Amino acid sequence: MTDFPWLTTLVLVPAVGALVVLALGRTAARSRVREMALAISLVEVGVLFGALTQFDTGQSQVHQLAETHAWIPQLGTSWALGADGVSMLLVALAVGLVPLVIGAAWRENLPTDGSKGLGHTGTYLVLILLLEAFMVTVFVARDVFLFYVVFEAMLIPVYFMIGGFGTGAQRRFAAVKFLIFSLAGGLIMLAAVIALYVNGPGGERGFLIDELTGYLAQNPMGTSTERLIFLGFFIAFAIKAPIVPVHTWLPDAAQAAPAGTSALLVGVLDKVGTFGMLALCLPLFPTASVWAAPVIVVLAVVSIIYGALLAIGQSDLMRLIAYTSVSHFGFIVLGIFSFTSLSISGSSLYMLNHGISTGALFLLAGFLIARHPERSQRIADYGGLQKVAPVLAGTFLVAGLSALSLPGLSTFVSEIMVLLGTFATSRSAALFAVVAVVLAALYVLMTYQRVFTGKVPDELAATPDLSGRERWVVAPLLAGLVILGVYPAPALDMVREPAQTTMTAIGVVDAAPADDLATAGEGSDS
Amino acid sequence: MTTDFIEPTIDWAHLAPIIAVLGAGVLGVLVEAFVPARSRRVVQLVVTALGIAAALTAVVVLWPGVQESGGVRIVGGTVLVDPFALAVQAILLVLGIFSLLLFADRSSGDDAFAPAAAAVPGSAYEDLARAQGVRQTEAFPLLLFSLGGMMIFASTSNLLMMFVALEVLSLPLYVLSALARRRRLLSQEAGFKYFLLGAFASAIFLFGVALMYGATASVDLAEIRMSIARGDETAVGGLLMVGLIMVIVGILFKVGAAPFHVWVPDVYQGAPTPVSAFMAACTKAAAFGALVRIVVVVAPTLGIQSAALAQGFEVALWIVAILSMLVGTLVAIPQTDMKRMLGYSAIAHTGFILVGVVGLFLSADIRGFSGLGVRSTLFYLLAYGVATLGAFAAITLVRETTAAPVLTTTAGAGAEGGTAELGGEERKEDVRESTPILGEATHMAQWAGLGRRSPWLAAAYSLFLLSLAGIPLTGGFIAKYTSFQAGIASGATWLAVIGVLTSVVAVFFYVRIIVLFYFTTPDEESTDHAPVKVLGMGGPAGVTVVVCAAAVIFLGVFPSPVLDLVAQAAKFVP
Repeated sequence: MTDFPWLTTLVLVPAVGALVVLALGRTAARSRVREMALAISLVEVGVLFGALTQFDTGQSQVHQLAETHAWIPQLGTSWALGADGVSMLLVALAVGLVPLVIGAAWRENLPTDGSKGLGHTGTYLVLILLLEAFMVTVFVARDVFLFYVVFEAMLIPVYFMIGGFGTGAQRRFAAVKFLIFSLAGGLIMLAAVIALYVNGPGGERGFLIDELTGYLAQNPMGTSTERLIFLGFFIAFAIKAPIVPVHTWLPDAAQAAPAGTSALLVGVLDKVGTFGMLALCLPLFPTASVWAAPVIVVLAVVSIIYGALLAIGQSDLMRLIAYTSVSHFGFIVLGIFSFTSLSISGSSLYMLNHGISTGALFLLAGFLIARHPERSQRIADYGGLQKVAPVLAGTFLVAGLSALSLPGLSTFVSEIMVLLGTFATSRSAALFAVVAVVLAALYVLMTYQRVFTGKVPDELAATPDLSGRERWVVAPLLAGLVILGVYPAPALDMVREPAQTTMTAIGVVDAAPADDLATAGEGSDS
Repeated sequence: MTTDFIEPTIDWAHLAPIIAVLGAGVLGVLVEAFVPARSRRVVQLVVTALGIAAALTAVVVLWPGVQESGGVRIVGGTVLVDPFALAVQAILLVLGIFSLLLFADRSSGDDAFAPAAAAVPGSAYEDLARAQGVRQTEAFPLLLFSLGGMMIFASTSNLLMMFVALEVLSLPLYVLSALARRRRLLSQEAGFKYFLLGAFASAIFLFGVALMYGATASVDLAEIRMSIARGDETAVGGLLMVGLIMVIVGILFKVGAAPFHVWVPDVYQGAPTPVSAFMAACTKAAAFGALVRIVVVVAPTLGIQSAALAQGFEVALWIVAILSMLVGTLVAIPQTDMKRMLGYSAIAHTGFILVGVVGLFLSADIRGFSGLGVRSTLFYLLAYGVATLGAFAAITLVRETTAAPVLTTTAGAGAEGGTAELGGEERKEDVRESTPILGEATHMAQWAGLGRRSPWLAAAYSLFLLSLAGIPLTGGFIAKYTSFQAGIASGATWLAVIGVLTSVVAVFFYVRIIVLFYFTTPDEESTDHAPVKVLGMGGPAGVTVVVCAAAVIFLGVFPSPVLDLVAQAAKFVP
């Protein structure tokens, strides 16, 4: 079974599934679209486990399960897939979140418009499955062109998911803003992609990342060329991630989008930005990365603090979660560009943990808002819910505590790794970043206090607690947070070796104190 | 200089595609004269379709031989049949078939052309003609003549022949533009404007040819090139340069590049929609074919003799490309008319194609030209042509209808509230069934909520817009990619960067329409406009929409075969 194209299967199952749902949605089976979509997403989880059994964790720095087929040889691009430990974790995150999002949308009364055929919910599910196919592809693409194509194409389903299914008058504006911001970055990246090919080995396989890194190591580009191309890539990823000052689309999008969309968007999709920095920027442009690192570290620290401060000031629950993510993305970027093996592996792990944590937060916030008679997102409209809906309050608290990186939850492990790793190379950046830990406690606990304690407003007095379905949706996420918090070793195994490879690629050696801290950090983790 | 007349030997086989098209056109004129009015339309359709099909077959048959020999000069050297010429002809013919489908479309019960073009708009005579159901079928031969002219335009290096071809392709277009059945005054204005400006541009072209003849004593590009290569004093002087630039200006007018674009929005808006589609797709292909040939033949030699001149030439194209991209994208933003918006979009795409044309200049090796530039131009023309034809085809299916005052209230009741129940929806349709179908609903506000009213048409139109915007997995993306790649590979990096930035602007106005389709309900827009009826997709226009949509996806996902073909086309007769 080693030759079985696991990764292509992972891409094809949701893609074909989306088409099947689309086709069946026009027949009598229409009333069963939710079951069909859920079944497809669960089959995908099964395929993922199959792929994981074939994945050699001991060799997690190698891109395994590799497949390479010519796609458009005239343009030098191939259908090349392969997954290292980091890719595998992110694929697992995406594949794992999708059934939960489908489950969360089960009874969601998406605004109906009396349309015939597939219906609103059906279209939404088709878009989710389509997005899943794109998400898997982008994390395992080993060809720059393929990566770019998916990077851009995945905007379209998200655009429809925000604009067509969101709430509030701002959803159109938010959808267009999201698309324009992303495409502005993406098209700049297009120029960089072309320039990369022109400066690369060329030929029919000239876009393969492995060929490019090998070639560029032998034939380095000119300094300014490399820097410009690096910037083209980095700007696109920075918008996607997003870090200050190009983050403004995210709060708008999160506020307008349905909770499930936000969970996928912030939890998985935005990771493409940080993943791109890690998997493309550093190996392809090592010199330019080192050159730009000081500025990027500053931007990351600004994101960390600014995002946290703004989160404290928000009155809209969804916007608040979005701003906490801006802060967390700052941590991930900080870890990547601090260039220690500890911080890079911490950032890789952070991507997974943040996906789980934010996914849980968004989904729970969605459940909360659905309980309000007017679906209000204003925090001030809630209060005292822990008396009437204790399970909702408890799960929300756990998810919230994971956002402030409470020890014992998985986010703590990654955050401490990033901070310790950064401390070794940039003491001041780490010190500033630590401030955000305090701020995080503020925004999480204050929100919990305002929503779940105090006096219950009259219209919320009869609020039902989490239903069985909703508990099933949240349980895997909370379990993930706790299990990976107590026993992070399996995930750490997946990210440690790739981080070493990245360090070798950029030609940086851990500073001496970092080694001590690394062993100290890992010791306390496991 | 004067010699006895030498009878040229004519190689009929290689001339077959052009003869098939023009011959069918002549036959069409005879049909017009002799076939009874009743069956005239059908016969015209058959003749036109057979003409184009025969020409396409001839191109396919000729392709391997010409590919091997590298091309021949025929008809006394005035017509070239080389891989590049055949490729342009093939693109023209394929796009011509779609245009023909639109010309023939009668989904609304009528075709797009005036029953009596000579009648004064609004006159009693016109009413009479309409009442009697008079149909004009001259549009078909006019289409063929124009198509024939386009094919020659890209297949000659003789500047006089090029001028003749230019006129042959333009004159029918002037007439066709004025033939609209609806909004005839607007259409006649468009035709007149196009004619005046077109005649002016032709004059500039012709004057340029005269100047080049003055400089080099020849009107053939090959001889002009030799004259430059020999370093004749006049040939590398200002006279040739001025002449060359005037010739290029004449062509740039036809492709609708800024600052020679002012006719484009008006004519695209006023002309009958099938004609707008034909112009957008085919005229552009033919004129770019001629432009590429001139650049490829003249520029490298010019570069050897005088790098400054070649550079000046390149800079001029840079400026035109940048202006086209800026004007096309920025002015498209405030447009409210679909056809006018597509007009500005056409200007912008001219700019994007020009990036690929600039990519023909090889800064590293000034002696040659870049195959990437040829590949990108041809692929772009095809991808753009398919997307834009599909978009115009979709426009022909969205029609205005009348609504008597009573009916208006019914429609209003059905649209009220966010949850229009099924019953209200059907009742509304019933009412509209009995109302007549009028002209196209080109105001964007009338398209609001199309995604719900007719999901497939809205999906297809969105796909065309996404392709025009250059989103991956559509043909437009690969086209834009190859174009910018040609630019960057030849050193025009900043031009490509400007192209990328203007693409972002372009995304904005394309996506605005998608917002209108899916995220806007009709009652949110002002109701000053006539109500809209969407026609079924069963007719030729519907077929065009479907086939073009399939082609857009195919070109985006599996472009390899087409890229191979257009790469082989980068061969020119010396």
